[in-house]
Amino acid sequence: MLRDVTIGQYFPGGTPIHRLDPRTKLVWTVIFITALFMARGALSYALMLCVLAGCVFASRVSARALMGSIKPMLIIICITAILNVFFTRGEVIARLWVISVTREGLISAAYMASRLVMLISGTFLLTYTTSPIALTDGIESLLGPLKKIRLPVHELAMMMSIALRFIPTLIEETDKIMSAQKARGADFETGGLIKRAKALLPILIPLFISAFRRADELAVAMESRCYHGGEGRTRMKKLRMTSRDCAALALGAALPALIVVTNMLSGA
Amino acid sequence: MEMPDIIEPVSGGGGVPDAVLTAENLTYSYRAREGELPPRVLDGIDMDVGRGAFVAVLGHNGSGKSTLAKHFNAVLLPVGGRVLVEGMDTSDERLTLDIRRAVGMVFQNPDNQIVASVVEEDVAFAPENLGCPSEDIRRRVDEALRVVGMSEYGGHSPHLLSGGQKQRVAIAGVLAMEPKCIVFDEPTAMLDPRGRGSVIRIIRRLCGELGVTVVLITHHMDEAIGADRLIVMSDGRIVMDGTPREIFSRPDALAAYGLDTPETVSLLRGLREDGFDVPLDALTVDECADAILSALAVRPA
Repeated sequence: MLRDVTIGQYFPGGTPIHRLDPRTKLVWTVIFITALFMARGALSYALMLCVLAGCVFASRVSARALMGSIKPMLIIICITAILNVFFTRGEVIARLWVISVTREGLISAAYMASRLVMLISGTFLLTYTTSPIALTDGIESLLGPLKKIRLPVHELAMMMSIALRFIPTLIEETDKIMSAQKARGADFETGGLIKRAKALLPILIPLFISAFRRADELAVAMESRCYHGGEGRTRMKKLRMTSRDCAALALGAALPALIVVTNMLSGA
Repeated sequence: MEMPDIIEPVSGGGGVPDAVLTAENLTYSYRAREGELPPRVLDGIDMDVGRGAFVAVLGHNGSGKSTLAKHFNAVLLPVGGRVLVEGMDTSDERLTLDIRRAVGMVFQNPDNQIVASVVEEDVAFAPENLGCPSEDIRRRVDEALRVVGMSEYGGHSPHLLSGGQKQRVAIAGVLAMEPKCIVFDEPTAMLDPRGRGSVIRIIRRLCGELGVTVVLITHHMDEAIGADRLIVMSDGRIVMDGTPREIFSRPDALAAYGLDTPETVSLLRGLREDGFDVPLDALTVDECADAILSALAVRPA
């Protein structure tokens, strides 16, 4: 069951999206999210959907993988949508005791849900098409200027890439511990919320202990491979902006402008 | 009037000339609770490892063999005595990086020594730390992956590999530093027999073909057969030191230190007790088979 977790997963490939510089993709994702929150009205949403669909198509990420990324967020999306339905004032179309459903509520729920779905798909598309290493390299490079104000940018990037590296390892370990506890009669599936939360304790404790042990061993292994912080460190794959990246960034810059236009068109 | 017999060279190299690793009266103890005498994990170790040698260190659990290994690349520092790597004292903090570059270390758990989520990026980790230019890193990574036979897995994710493959990646990661010596701290303890075999074959090749000095810490007797020299440790001391033939021909002494003999030697001993005239020092499976065949041929019908 835990193997379904797709956070931080990367699907290797050679599509134009895969080959973009990670910094381009990071900036693009930020622009995309900004545009998503700027969007008002059906036309703007349609435009965003087209952009997203185009990127998904170009990256050849399977629809199933994208659905997999939305699945864990489904509850949040539903709750947000339901709250929108019930708590938006406007023209009442149905009434049940004190709760009333409004037309505006339904519309805003639909917008909110599709906004969240696009938000999640867009950010996951970034991790699906960018190797974690390229991603952290990109973040390190983009945040590079912050080193001047003594922000430990390299350390943060290193921590992130190690965290991503150990996600599958720790998931595997959790599975193993769960099986071991089940074999001794532990019950994770029945009972109320509190009982289930308590049942997780015998999983979390061994998991934490082993994570600390791993951290200790990894630190020794890194040191014995001459790791001594970011100073004087070089990279095998240097980040390089190509003309393709420039074109992508120009398109990215045009997106918010387009959204402003479509907003005005549909708002009219 | 006393005159010093030997004038020590300024570079600090002691012990046997051309030794890659030297331990002089090395003592180590973990911190003890107040009022207790700290137990000595290493108690006066004196040893040299010559250039290009393949030395196996044997010992039962708690004999101090892993602690000894960690001294050879300054992960642990001696409490007493000193450790020299290529003549460099490990206690000198300014030399730590040079020492770690000269002596690579491969650990027991392959999962806990792989840093990156792509094989070739992980192999590149050490040369990146050393500040090599990127074309040089590329060359080192390709070469290291070729040596361990993992070239086609360069773009893979390490968590999808088998234990033996992961350990080979870890070896490549150390090889990419181009070290003079590699210390293997029980590299096969967590592997299945197939993974063990592949890792041991690579270790032998490193020593035989590439001239890397190898120190192999192990408790599998069979892995130690191929070594030039065996060191047996017990309670933080070196108790036996010699060629595999010498050491394994003394099974009773080994048993006293909680160690077995390799399966081949056990078999030959059994045959000998049953009256067959077989030598006890045929260590490899092939030698053993030959010895048994010739004994059978000689035996009167």
